[in-house]
Amino acid sequence: MPLIPVDDQSFLRDKFAKELVNPVNILLFTQHDTPSAIPGPECMYCKETRELVEEISSLSDKINLRIYDFVADAEKARQMGIDKIPAITFDGDSGGRVRYYGIPAGYEFPSLIEDIIDISRHSTGLSQETRESLQKLDKDVDIQVFVTPT
Amino acid sequence: MAMESPHVTAEVIEASEFPQLVAKYHVGGVPKVVVNETVEFEGALPEDRYMDQVLKAAAPPDA
Repeated sequence: MPLIPVDDQSFLRDKFAKELVNPVNILLFTQHDTPSAIPGPECMYCKETRELVEEISSLSDKINLRIYDFVADAEKARQMGIDKIPAITFDGDSGGRVRYYGIPAGYEFPSLIEDIIDISRHSTGLSQETRESLQKLDKDVDIQVFVTPT
Repeated sequence: MAMESPHVTAEVIEASEFPQLVAKYHVGGVPKVVVNETVEFEGALPEDRYMDQVLKAAAPPDA
């Protein structure tokens, strides 16, 4: 059973075909599945998050998935500013500054899809005014948005 | 916003998986937004008011 229903998959396949321009690399930080006898660090939805991004990346040749182990690839995680898992981020222009922690299900799923498209097109839906204000920013701003899947 | 400015980091955090952060930031309702640990608000805001909050967080504390 796929996590993304078949109808939604074909909708997304069409949407990606129409709207993606440049390739997008999704970076997933997770942990390896460990046999139950050897418990790893607790990660509630690492497995499902991995399945979800694998399904997303299978829907377009322009979406590449790179999977990193939070422990074995600790240096990469540090570089990308990832401090917990599961974590989804992207390289390129936004270089690790857009991050999803936890499974992007429910309302977050469409947000993730829109982010993939924005990154691919190097454009956002923000107003001219907002973009001008952002370009004038000279201090670091860390925005954390807490959500639930429902 | 993080796509438009190298100074901005945007993190979406699924609350049920990170209860320690929910406790740390006193997350009651969602969405809850915390900017630079100093400015916070609950619920969705129109884009211009959202940006005001971001600018508020970026301003020096004595300004």
